[in-house]
Amino acid sequence: MISAFLILLPLVTGAISFAFRSSESARRFSLLSGLLSLGVVIAGLFPANASSLAIDLPWLPVMGSRFTLAMDGMSKMLCLLTALSFPVIFLAVYRQSFRSPGAFYGWMLLSQAGLMGVFLAADALLFYFFWELALIPVYFLCSAWGGERRIAVTIKFFLYTFIGSLLMLAGIIYLSFQMPTTSFAISDITQAAVNSPNNTLLFFLFFIAFAIKMPVFPLHTWQPDAYEESPSPVTMVMSGVMVKMGIYAVIRWLLPVFPSASVQYADIIIAFSVTGMLYASLIAMQQNNLRRLIAYSSIAHIGLMAAALFTSHPGATQGAMVQMFSHGVNVIGLWILADAIEKITGTRQLNEMGGLARKAPRLAILLVVMGLANVALPLTNAFVGEFMMFNGLFHYNWVVAAAAGISIILAAVYTLRMIEKILYGTSDNIDQPITDLSPNVTWALIVLVVLVLLGGIYPQPLIDLTKDSVEALTLKK
Amino acid sequence: MNAIIFSAVWGVVMMFGGLIAKNKTTVTYLAIVGLLVLTAVNLLHSCGTWVIKVDTHETLHFDSMGLYFNTIAFAATFLYVLLSGKDIERTGVHVAEYYALIFFVLCGVSILTSFNGLLMLFLGIEIMTIPLYILTGADKRNLKSNEASLKYFLMGSFSTGIMLMGIALIYGATGRFGITLGPSTAPSTGLGFRPSFLEVGGLLLLFVAMSFKVSAAPFHFWTPDVYDGAPAVFTSFMATVVKSAGFYAFIKLMDIRTSILGDSWTIILPLVILLTLLIGNITAVFQQSVKRMLAYSSIAQAGFMLFALYGTSVLSKEGLVLYAFSYSLATIGLFAILIRLKDYSLDGFNGLAAQHPMIAFSGAVFLLSLAGIPLTAGFFAKYYMLSAAVRAGGIFWLVIAAVMLAAISVYYYFRVIQSMYFKTGTPEWTAPVGKVFGWTLLLLAGILIYAGLFPTAVLKFIYF
Repeated sequence: MISAFLILLPLVTGAISFAFRSSESARRFSLLSGLLSLGVVIAGLFPANASSLAIDLPWLPVMGSRFTLAMDGMSKMLCLLTALSFPVIFLAVYRQSFRSPGAFYGWMLLSQAGLMGVFLAADALLFYFFWELALIPVYFLCSAWGGERRIAVTIKFFLYTFIGSLLMLAGIIYLSFQMPTTSFAISDITQAAVNSPNNTLLFFLFFIAFAIKMPVFPLHTWQPDAYEESPSPVTMVMSGVMVKMGIYAVIRWLLPVFPSASVQYADIIIAFSVTGMLYASLIAMQQNNLRRLIAYSSIAHIGLMAAALFTSHPGATQGAMVQMFSHGVNVIGLWILADAIEKITGTRQLNEMGGLARKAPRLAILLVVMGLANVALPLTNAFVGEFMMFNGLFHYNWVVAAAAGISIILAAVYTLRMIEKILYGTSDNIDQPITDLSPNVTWALIVLVVLVLLGGIYPQPLIDLTKDSVEALTLKK
Repeated sequence: MNAIIFSAVWGVVMMFGGLIAKNKTTVTYLAIVGLLVLTAVNLLHSCGTWVIKVDTHETLHFDSMGLYFNTIAFAATFLYVLLSGKDIERTGVHVAEYYALIFFVLCGVSILTSFNGLLMLFLGIEIMTIPLYILTGADKRNLKSNEASLKYFLMGSFSTGIMLMGIALIYGATGRFGITLGPSTAPSTGLGFRPSFLEVGGLLLLFVAMSFKVSAAPFHFWTPDVYDGAPAVFTSFMATVVKSAGFYAFIKLMDIRTSILGDSWTIILPLVILLTLLIGNITAVFQQSVKRMLAYSSIAQAGFMLFALYGTSVLSKEGLVLYAFSYSLATIGLFAILIRLKDYSLDGFNGLAAQHPMIAFSGAVFLLSLAGIPLTAGFFAKYYMLSAAVRAGGIFWLVIAAVMLAAISVYYYFRVIQSMYFKTGTPEWTAPVGKVFGWTLLLLAGILIYAGLFPTAVLKFIYF
């Protein structure tokens, strides 16, 4: 029941939100809706009994598809991330006004519904449905509220992901017919893949869909453009939560369904992922545009997760799970700061900024904390996950681990360079009067900073939460 | 049978109604009543009641799927007249004749859904297309309309000739017009079974002629010019009801007989499908006029409908019904908006969302459905078609190619959405768009979304 409620709540409130005319009521309403969802997820973390989480209803009996939602540790964690992100994002942009606010917040909530659905669906066709449902609102959000090049960039992003998901659909259809009776249930799909002769082809049909979403080099080209041109709250959703769809899907729908193929092609995929890490880090070092820098830094981090997942090392898988949550928290924090900096200084170019440390101390402190989390310094949440993933990579192949390690060093280089350029030096190039962070942004960031430190000092709850998913995956192998 | 008789009779009624009726609106109302009656008598037939008992000597065979297809076609025409009736009135002076011709087309449609022999197939095709030649040229003073009409007529006549030749060859080989396999060619002799050369040749000619009628590549060349040149109201009708009926007949024809073609069928069909999808999708990308873009996109959609020719599974027939349903409703709705606009180019749609949110929303749903995005009926239509192909086995590469090309279609459909929602401008209308118009569009969009959530709601009536 709880899982169905998690989808229904944003879906219904999102639909209602379209009716709002005034900015004030729309943002209040959506913040309330986001907090309610968060409450429901927290209730789901401590269920009265296990059956209260899942739901299983007949949907399309002729095709053998059922409306099945299930909630294991990984689903719970990602739902928690989603439910946390949205209120934080709403809080951070509380003072900003958007053109036709009702529609804006409506689409945001609808994308939340789609994301929840992706993380909960246990039926392949339903999964595909939500996969698309999460995409459509983002299309409208980016095209209508984005930057100058929004229309061209958004259609590029949309086509990229849509081609991927259609390939996945072809794979799903193929697999659903491999069983005596057509079925999309996750267990039947797994069973069907074992018997199927076209395992390699099917594996790549699924993998490409997920790789585009993550994104893994060389399928990443949509991402920096999309992150740059999207309205800030949408960028936060995309990089904080939406890219996790790809990683989640690999863990849920790729590794268990094609265990042998994912070992067979691990070398290639890890090679691509690590190349992508180095490539993205090198580009991030050159970036003068704050948004593109964060975008490339995100590609590098995701590359590490993708590589870790294919090492077949339980520790690395566990690390990737923890890192999914941590990366979500960190990157949303960075985007909130980037947005605030852009508002304060009126520019995105790093060489035009400077000297904010003296004039905006709150911003300086929070930026340094988030920056260090991005570098995965010990005692920040990212350290735990990255350490576990590196351990796994090292067991897999030390050359790969060394190459990936270089990108971590590079991460320190570009993050610290970014902090230096923003905070120190002179603020002569900035025309407008500099103010510090507004209270709502500060509070949103404080919530995230608490999560960063909590995850860095005591990550055990997060590990315990996702342990069952890791064990299930290891048993399958 | 009820539908065949009533549509023919009502066509005549419409003609004479034009003499009596004082103004054009009365004629439209008469047509709407006629369509309601037509739908009703067809439903009566579905329940087993014949208004007039006719012995067709098995030249016609009525099954529940064909009757249901009729219902969809009539209901779609009903919605079409409801939405675009005003525009039919503005096309020319002979409004009653236009409606009469539409009823005759519907008569052809009902024959095509129930034919049981090649002769009836031929009759149905001709009854359906000859009125269309006239409707294409309805805009008498427009040279493009004249050109389209002539082109359509000439090309149509050629394909009719080819079809007749095919029927003659098959008749020569088997000695009968029946659609089922004759005793001479029934594959009962096992491995030694070899169909006669004449029969294979005849069937291939029929395949070519039918491909022409449904505008499958490489027999599609008439489509863009005819669809573009014809008055937009009649393009809408041609591209939806008529095309779907053509497909229904195509599948009914090929259903049993593909076994005669043997292995060559598994080479011809994928090639035709691939070519149709390629040409339709790629060319549509470059169009600036939405009307012409829809003409090419109708070729691309035909490529997807051709998947139904795969296999004899129930899946493909159900899929075709669903496809016809979703494609027709979406296209009729989209055309209804397009017809009212002054400027048929993409820029003509600029800023529609700000001006008429309801119309823009419905238009977006139609476009999403045509693109096959989940939550709309178009998704399940495509899904069924791909499933039919996968179930038939052996041509998975074609499925992958088809989904890639479907992704291209997103590009040109979404360009219209971009114009409506994300560009500024004020669309100019040739006729005022009233409340009824908006609500009917919204109803159509609602039906498409409902069918996108529960496609079985549409399909269960097949076995009514």
